Amino acid sequence: MKLIACIKQVPDTTEVKVDPKTHTLIRDGVPSILNPYDQFAIEECVRIRDQIGDCSVSVLTMGPPQARSALMRCLALGADEAILISDKAFAGSDTWATAYTLSLAIKKIGFFDIVFCGQQAIDGDTAQVGPELAQQLGIPQVTYVEKIEIDNKNKLTINKQTEDGYQILEAKLPLLLTLLPPTSFQPEHPPMSSILKAKRKPFNIWDVETLGGDKSRFGLDGSFTQVIKTYTPPKRGECELIEDNPKEAAKKLSKILCKNEALTKR
Amino acid sequence: MDFNLSEQQKQFQKVIREFCVKELKPIAPKIDKEEYFPFDLYKKMGKMSLMGMTVPQKYGGAGIDKVSYMIALEEISRYCGSTGLTVEAHNTLGCGYIYEHGSEEQREKYLPNYTNGENFAALAITEPNAGSDVAGLQTTAVLEKDEWVINGTKQFITSGDIAGVTIVMAKTDKDKGAKGISAILVEKDTKGFKVGQLEDKLGLRGSRTAELIFEDCRVPKENLLGEENEGFYGVMDTLDRGRTAVGAMSVGIARGALEDSLEYANQRQQFGRPIGKFQAIRWMIADMATDLDAARLLVYRAAFLEDKKLPYSKEAAMAKLFASEIAMRATNKAIQIFGGLGYLREYPVERYFRDIKLCQIGEGTSEVQRIVISKRLGL
Repeated sequence: MKLIACIKQVPDTTEVKVDPKTHTLIRDGVPSILNPYDQFAIEECVRIRDQIGDCSVSVLTMGPPQARSALMRCLALGADEAILISDKAFAGSDTWATAYTLSLAIKKIGFFDIVFCGQQAIDGDTAQVGPELAQQLGIPQVTYVEKIEIDNKNKLTINKQTEDGYQILEAKLPLLLTLLPPTSFQPEHPPMSSILKAKRKPFNIWDVETLGGDKSRFGLDGSFTQVIKTYTPPKRGECELIEDNPKEAAKKLSKILCKNEALTKR
Repeated sequence: MDFNLSEQQKQFQKVIREFCVKELKPIAPKIDKEEYFPFDLYKKMGKMSLMGMTVPQKYGGAGIDKVSYMIALEEISRYCGSTGLTVEAHNTLGCGYIYEHGSEEQREKYLPNYTNGENFAALAITEPNAGSDVAGLQTTAVLEKDEWVINGTKQFITSGDIAGVTIVMAKTDKDKGAKGISAILVEKDTKGFKVGQLEDKLGLRGSRTAELIFEDCRVPKENLLGEENEGFYGVMDTLDRGRTAVGAMSVGIARGALEDSLEYANQRQQFGRPIGKFQAIRWMIADMATDLDAARLLVYRAAFLEDKKLPYSKEAAMAKLFASEIAMRATNKAIQIFGGLGYLREYPVERYFRDIKLCQIGEGTSEVQRIVISKRLGL
């Protein structure tokens, strides 16, 4: 069997600060990390691989050369080979162009059974690339996946998170999953020995020529959307925090609302 | 010449730092205050192959280079000195000694069980009457038929009470001084071997420091580690490795002092501005940062030389001497910068101050380092 995981390197948003004057994000000097949703996806992917045996995991990302470190981490976490899709032609891709580019890479890999994606990336938070990629590949998809069990090599049992609980689904292969870690998820720290082994695993870099495809569909030209500006909304007023037991807090809240004429007293 | 860490070394550093911030930093105050020994944490560290870092992978270790090992020790010690010492003693003095000086059978027997974080290895050199003067040790081992019979008392043995195996340095030829010392492996629960008192220490309180007592303790002849009467060379070799490692520990603790001071100096307001805007504080912090960089470079150099299999004894002594001395100064300054708060146990800087003192004493005092350095200079 062949499993493919698509991952993204993102800025560590806990370290991102906002420029108070321009309200834009200051990304300079912010460390890059493997998108936490993708860490869950890769750990699940490796777990399934180990369960099946006779199965390999390819991990791929589209990004600048420095995205290599995120792929190296995936190799240290157990993936068997890494592919970095990197070319200036891909710069400015929105989710659709990204999905198209990834789909070409997956088609180039050829045979696969399951594609694993993180539910979303913590920088863009769109949650679109996974579903769009399934569309481009013409395969079924299941989103919000928390747990996967493989019964035999043909059928998956999937726990899909919903607002109220879970849906238990069965699915045939091939398909694409987007994974959402449960709140109890504790990311694994790769062992030093695995980091050493990662260096010896196959690592490929594919550019626009290697991928082929319709060049007008790459990068900014192939994107339907563009990010014009990133900013933090200005503060809309002072916030007052009411700290008390629920009964007292409710009384205080209603008083404040009445005082501000948000509520009228009968 | 290249001062950059390799991509792989940076990756080690990142992964270990993440682990330490998440798993170690939150429990470091408890480790100190309650003399808490986090067995579960060591198991996790075993899974990350941090409990056999320089042991080759075929024996269950990580097989990383010495510079990477120093990076790891700096990171761990940055957040918890006690854990730093436990990891250092286990890796360098315990597993390191067995790997460097053990036979193939001994490596295969012990190392896979001692690199997984489940078991600890200790090295017992110091005695009540033999500290800096290693050759003066009085513990004896006499070969009777197929067994070594060990008698004597060891003290200040890191992890001595919990170690599954202890390398005991003993006189095997009383007439020969340094040339009559051998290393012998003694397993836990061997008859005639018992743990004496556990020491109540100034700092590094979460590391275990035990007295070990041997009374007609008998172990098989094959437990001799290295050649008979050549243990002194094994000890000196292991202490050279240990010196660089204690240097890395010191760098970690000094970094804690610097980072916390920097943060505090930016936050604490006096006379209408952050105290970091005053020259008195800025100079202290600038000196701490400069000393720290110099110490780290000395540690990396000694480790680099060891990786290249070049002589590094003098450089290791310099790294330990300088790093532990500047770290002592840095932690002192950190308390001064924190003022009254620095004197409280609520803040970690007083812990750094207590912890670092050992680095000027253990694995060769600062004075012994100066002896080593001056000897290598031809004096």
